[in-house]
Amino acid sequence: MSPVIDWDVVREALPLFVRGWGVTLLLLSSALAAGFVLAVPLAVLRVSRYPLLALPVRAFTFVFRGTPLLVQLSLVYYGLAQFPAIRESVAWPLLRDAWFCAWASFTLNTTAYTTEIFAGALRATPAGELEAARAIGMDAVAQYRYVLLPAALRRALPQYGNEVVGVMHATAIVSAVSLVDLTRVARDVYATSLLPLEAFGTVAVFYFATTFGLVGLFRLAEQRWLGHLRATVTVAPAGAAHAH
Amino acid sequence: MNDLLHGYGPVVAGGVGVTLRIAVGSLAMACVFGLIGALARLSASRIARVLAQVYTTVVRGLPELVLMLAVFYGGQYLVNLATQAAGWPDLDIPPATAGTLTIGFIFGAYLAETFRGAFLAIPRGQAEAARAFGYPPARILLHVTLPQMVRHAIPGFANTWLVMVKATALVSLIGLDDMIHRASLAAASTREPFTFYLLTAVIYLAITSVSIVALRALETRFSLGVRRLDF
Repeated sequence: MSPVIDWDVVREALPLFVRGWGVTLLLLSSALAAGFVLAVPLAVLRVSRYPLLALPVRAFTFVFRGTPLLVQLSLVYYGLAQFPAIRESVAWPLLRDAWFCAWASFTLNTTAYTTEIFAGALRATPAGELEAARAIGMDAVAQYRYVLLPAALRRALPQYGNEVVGVMHATAIVSAVSLVDLTRVARDVYATSLLPLEAFGTVAVFYFATTFGLVGLFRLAEQRWLGHLRATVTVAPAGAAHAH
Repeated sequence: MNDLLHGYGPVVAGGVGVTLRIAVGSLAMACVFGLIGALARLSASRIARVLAQVYTTVVRGLPELVLMLAVFYGGQYLVNLATQAAGWPDLDIPPATAGTLTIGFIFGAYLAETFRGAFLAIPRGQAEAARAFGYPPARILLHVTLPQMVRHAIPGFANTWLVMVKATALVSLIGLDDMIHRASLAAASTREPFTFYLLTAVIYLAITSVSIVALRALETRFSLGVRRLDF
């Protein structure tokens, strides 16, 4: 037992960490993609003035934001086996699969958070924009398609970025349902070597790199799509006003 | 009800106490870490500012579970090194202590940002007036800035608490006997996992709902005498 790093352990485990990183990134991107697709229409329903449309969405986000993701994952992965009807259904091979269950519960969870983020951004629409859209005779679909959603999704970028980093960190809990993600690899390396610094220090480097990579991506996205809202005082030379 | 839960109701309910104890203990730790972090970020000392910046950046860049495992196993490793070097008998860190300390340490980083913003929201004149009266720095903090900071910190504080309560679910993964761990035991012996995980979900939802109501009351209490703007 010496406090210096045993680099051989790190070098040997590196391919495992890279493979685990792939699992983490695949789960992250597939859940985010599905969550985004579901959250946009749900956010539109969430801000609806008809309670029949808004209330079910509100109940969904309340339940999924009010309970731990670990409980949601356990309910899907371990819980569904309780019902014979599900065990005998055609969907059972899918519902018994750790990958599918992880993807499904992460998707439901991030959909709930993302729906509220997008709904908040929709509510922050300046009244004049909606009035202008109505004044030129846009129907509801056109209002959302050309005015409300493009602006709201831009406004939601900073918060959505936080959500993406949050989901990335949350993926660590799939190590509890036999998926070999980054955290599972670290726990296995620790279990065989009993060297916490080598196991958890290495995995920390991977998570850090991913966190800062995502933060950097969102900073670029904000420059690209939120540039017009940046509070900068610059004197642009004549003719270069629309440069970026 | 008891029939439905095969007599395991009280077992899981007993775990609620463990979960709440960890949550409240972590909140107290988080307030301490958060206050130290905020004061360090606002301090005149460059070293203190850099250290606090490193603390908040590191914690917010890593998953909670990874930090928890690192503190749980790494902390034990360091304690073992220390006790061996000193020739003392082995000392085991109890999982409850490791869990509470880690969650407190993690959410202290989030509270540090909340508290920093809340301190900055107090008009400078308040602390300046206290200094002009000859108050020593500790007294300015305790009697002038800290009581006023609370009101500004409540929204961020409420948010942190709600996220933290849910994060306590992770302690079941480092072997703590909390509500979720007990639910999994009950699920295994009754073969009714859905029932018991659903029970924990309902309890978490109840804790969240009660917290929201309580925090709203707290916000009203601390905002007494603040003029409301009519938009």
